Amino acid sequence: MTVGAGPQAVIPPKPVRPPSGLAVAGISLRAWRRFWLVLGIVVALTLPLFAGSFTTFQLTQAAIYAIAILGLNLLTGFNGQFSLGHSAFYAIGAYTAAIMMDQWEIAYYWTLPAAGLICLVVGFLFGLPALRLEGLYLALATFALAVATPQILKFSPLEEWTGGVQGIFILKPDAPPGLPLDQDQWLYYFTLAVTAVLFVCARSLVRSRTGRAIMAIRDNPIAARSMGINTALYKSLTFGVSALYTGVAGALGAIVVQFVAPDSFTFLLAVTFLVGLVIGGVGSIPGSLAGGLFVLFLPNLAEQISKGLAWGVYGVILILLIYVMPSGAAGLVRLVTMRLAKPSG
Amino acid sequence: MDAYTILQQAISGVATGGIYASVALAVVMIYRAIDHFNFAQGEMAMFSTYIAWSLMHAGLPYWWAFILTLAISFLGGVLIERVIFRPIHDAPVLSHVVVFIGLLAIFNSAAGFIWDYTIKPFPSPFASGGLFGSTLISLHKAGMIAVTLVVLGLVYAFFRFTEVGLAMRAAAQNPESARLVGVRVEWMTALGWGMAAAIGAVAGMMIAHDVYLEPNMMIGVLLYGFAGAIVGGVDSPGGAVFGGFLVGIIENLVGLVPFVGSELKLTVALVLIVGVLMVRPSGIFGTRVVRRV
Repeated sequence: MTVGAGPQAVIPPKPVRPPSGLAVAGISLRAWRRFWLVLGIVVALTLPLFAGSFTTFQLTQAAIYAIAILGLNLLTGFNGQFSLGHSAFYAIGAYTAAIMMDQWEIAYYWTLPAAGLICLVVGFLFGLPALRLEGLYLALATFALAVATPQILKFSPLEEWTGGVQGIFILKPDAPPGLPLDQDQWLYYFTLAVTAVLFVCARSLVRSRTGRAIMAIRDNPIAARSMGINTALYKSLTFGVSALYTGVAGALGAIVVQFVAPDSFTFLLAVTFLVGLVIGGVGSIPGSLAGGLFVLFLPNLAEQISKGLAWGVYGVILILLIYVMPSGAAGLVRLVTMRLAKPSG
Repeated sequence: MDAYTILQQAISGVATGGIYASVALAVVMIYRAIDHFNFAQGEMAMFSTYIAWSLMHAGLPYWWAFILTLAISFLGGVLIERVIFRPIHDAPVLSHVVVFIGLLAIFNSAAGFIWDYTIKPFPSPFASGGLFGSTLISLHKAGMIAVTLVVLGLVYAFFRFTEVGLAMRAAAQNPESARLVGVRVEWMTALGWGMAAAIGAVAGMMIAHDVYLEPNMMIGVLLYGFAGAIVGGVDSPGGAVFGGFLVGIIENLVGLVPFVGSELKLTVALVLIVGVLMVRPSGIFGTRVVRRV
């Protein structure tokens, strides 16, 4: 029996990208991709002008989740390392932002790079010992991190900074003067901009030489090493970058919710990221966006269907979704495209 | 801090460890059958315990309810495998994890819906009072440890000496070859699920007396059960039981260390566990995996 099977077993084989030179309804796949991208951007930009402030707030949160899920995706989907502990990095990011804004009165936008940098370093350092662990054992180690986080945040000697069990309240930033936006709308656009930058960076990273090295380690660590890839360095670095993404998401989350407390960062948050990752599509960058929307809106939907059995409904929907799309929303889109596509010309 | 305190904490650790050990045993059982960790294991055990509670409430004596619950849980486990997991057995591991999370949510919510969220006391089959009149360990905890060890013995004997046990091991280790020699691999997996559900039910009924019956009673315990299983070696039932006890003892002794106290007990225990894994990456009694390149 294989114990702690390697990443090959943990990660589904990378689905084949539909070959170029195919067309759906006479329009090339490339053009379709452009079309959906532009449509998505237009919808994202105009939505808060029509939606109420609560919907805008929810969309902001979905974007934040999407960033965190993208971070997890870089680690799990592209590098083949498992993590149940990303709630810890989210918490570090959130607390960095809250402490900077509350204690030192630093402007909210400076907290994002700070949170990202701190998480990069912490993630890298955590990635070093994690090198020895694979599969289930890495899952346990990261899981320990997730479970320990709320306890460390409540730890009394740190109370001066963390505010202990009570947590920290922070003020919601105003839109820059001159812009006809209320606070929620401004935060939405701010978050959207950060999300866009981070997604473009992730895409470039994955397509670069470094990205190919990262994926080679996922597909076959031994072959990757024999080709001269420094697997230890790349794995730890990926851990760091993944933590950076999740940390930035955490900082944004703190700013938007205006509050941090230890019990918001339990193991359940890490599970939420994992669910979003799988439902969105492991190893798909746009899939992370779908995952973010999903983990935010599905619990509400479940609650509308049945109040008493909300979690039961949530569970049933999760299982049904896995039946319908075993490789996530991204996999479903790919499947539909392949069905519809015909050779062009 | 005198020697007596340390001894008392260590023994009380053995007692809590008994809880973790029985959960770890169920975790390992299902791992051997399906090669995955079942995150819904704890909720399944909790649900079984509620069934036992209902049976007892209907007037059945403890041991009859106990046996009936085992049978129901066994069937339930087989059913879950056949209905829910058979159709997706080819899906990637992460998809399985999400289905486990879905099951967890369903069981948790259903239990709260059927039996509501109030905390219920659960009887113990053992007399109250301390073992041999001492204050170190209660009769219930001693009985629980005995039950865990008996279950471990039965599991060992089943895998070691029966033909079905051998077929199950073969089905898990090498499904293709097992099928070629006539083992019905699908049913072996289902059987594994059934057995794991039944062992989980035993664990649930033993634990419920200490932690009280409520829908969330297993969450914390399951985490320690996982930790115990991994520390002991995830493919070794004996190792899992040992790991469970070890986790319990470490957890209790760490609470004695000044400064750490009970505030960071969990953290330190988990750090120690990860430390063990650094030295022995496949657990204390686990088999090392050799992968073909």
